[in-house]
Amino acid sequence: MIKRVLSFCTVVFGVLSLTFLLIHLVPGDPVEVMLGESASLADRDVLRAELGLNQSVANQFALYLSRLAHADFGVSIHSKTPIIELIKTRYPATLKLALVALLIGVGVGVPLGVFAALKAGHWQDLVVTIVSVRLSAMPAFWLGPMLMLIFAVWLGCLPVSGMDSPSSIILPALTLGFGLSAILTRMTRTSLLEVLNEDFIRTARAKGLTERQVILRHALRAALLPIITIVGLQMGSLLAGTVITETIFSWDGIGRLLVESIEKRDYPVTQACVLLVALSYVVVNALTDLLYRLADPRIRLGH
Amino acid sequence: MIKILAYGILLFWLLAVVLGRLFQLDPNQIDLNAILHTPSAVYWLGNDDLGRSILARLLHGVEVSLLVALSVTAVTMTVGVLIGLLAGFYGGRVDQFLMQVTDVFLAFPGILLAIAFAAVLGPGLLNLMIALSLTGWVSYARLTRGQTLSLRDRQHVLAALSLGASVPRLIGKHILPLLTSLLVVEATYSLASVMIAEASLSFLGLGIQAPNASWGAMLRDGVRYMLVAPHYVLIVGMSLMSLILAINLGGDSLRDHLDVRQEAD
Repeated sequence: MIKRVLSFCTVVFGVLSLTFLLIHLVPGDPVEVMLGESASLADRDVLRAELGLNQSVANQFALYLSRLAHADFGVSIHSKTPIIELIKTRYPATLKLALVALLIGVGVGVPLGVFAALKAGHWQDLVVTIVSVRLSAMPAFWLGPMLMLIFAVWLGCLPVSGMDSPSSIILPALTLGFGLSAILTRMTRTSLLEVLNEDFIRTARAKGLTERQVILRHALRAALLPIITIVGLQMGSLLAGTVITETIFSWDGIGRLLVESIEKRDYPVTQACVLLVALSYVVVNALTDLLYRLADPRIRLGH
Repeated sequence: MIKILAYGILLFWLLAVVLGRLFQLDPNQIDLNAILHTPSAVYWLGNDDLGRSILARLLHGVEVSLLVALSVTAVTMTVGVLIGLLAGFYGGRVDQFLMQVTDVFLAFPGILLAIAFAAVLGPGLLNLMIALSLTGWVSYARLTRGQTLSLRDRQHVLAALSLGASVPRLIGKHILPLLTSLLVVEATYSLASVMIAEASLSFLGLGIQAPNASWGAMLRDGVRYMLVAPHYVLIVGMSLMSLILAINLGGDSLRDHLDVRQEAD
């Protein structure tokens, strides 16, 4: 456990360092890139001092860490607002989108996986498996436009983009949740098929339980552990997937903020967004690991 | 059957690129009378928002994309395998340090890190390749390291070691050859994932810049004109799907053929 905490801390420190170093990768003078060549010398010096770029790299890193410790992400160069304010308005939108996507992923993936497992070897199983394997390879920037084309343009039943009506969330959430549901379908199928061969399932059947009870109360419960892990691990990729999905559907979340900040060369905002998404991913992974340990006594006790 | 289909699609695209070259289809030729036109006898797949031939741009795009994927894969594979061999062979502190570095890179989900690198380096073909190379070596390093760790203690390696073989010889003659089929399969999948990453970055406007064609950028333009010219996004989307499916199916059949049981992580 101590080892886990230590490695968690190393990774967090590494993520912080790498994100910090990002701005030093800008070719030439980052201040000039951000403000444009026409900016006056005074303006440049002000920004340079504000970003701490006139100090030594070690000092800059210390300053960066101490600011972060006070939840100070700096100030946006473009809008002059503190970045923390931008994050406060954008992050909830991303979380909402990710959660709905998660619900879709679980709500579609798990039942479909159970269905495939129960029909194992039949054509239904084959169809579900092939479709989930092959379509999960398709990237969000393909799926999003295709869904948009079908549901918003041809059928006209859902909004094309934006976040004006409650139904606006459906298409981006589908785009985002689709990959998860495909992975969950496969996981659930494999996991359930394994469990169905166990002795306790035979016992349950021998007791005279209905097939429904055997599946829902006994088999699925035992098959749930790997499913939980996958959900946890995928939650992070969901957060990353929001960058593309939010851009396609003009969803005002952290991912779109990232892309906008890149277009405007607003590096402090870029830095903050990358850091935030990466840290969310690291934290979700650590929590999944913890949950997994708590849920399975075999792992908790170190067998 | 599926295998034939996969190789057939790949062959089709290859042939199309060659034919496109032969007939000198110009991806940048602007025809202002054909803006966003649907497929016609002259322009088989229609025209984009500047009246350029979608077919010519698709073929040009797949060339660039393949070029990017091949060079990035070559770089990342070399660097990743080297790092993995070092970590796996020497173990101890070296291994610990190198694996901590890969952990940090893996802590950035999906293409986030590539987006970040591309953002600070600025748009452009070379910067795109640098960004993808900076993030792509990690999976090779992991894979190679794990394999090397177990191969290191194999008897034939120990025998060579006791006969006085040098470290480069041990790695080059006794460990690396056993990794080849695994790396070939990994490379196929990484070709597909680099192509997707390139298209994602170009979709976000961070990759290949106009007037050069890229499927990602075309898809973005297609979305922009979806309401007036749905054929644009549909044609690019379907092309992309056919290519990605074919590469993945090809990778699967290659994996079965080479009998690589180890799943790439």
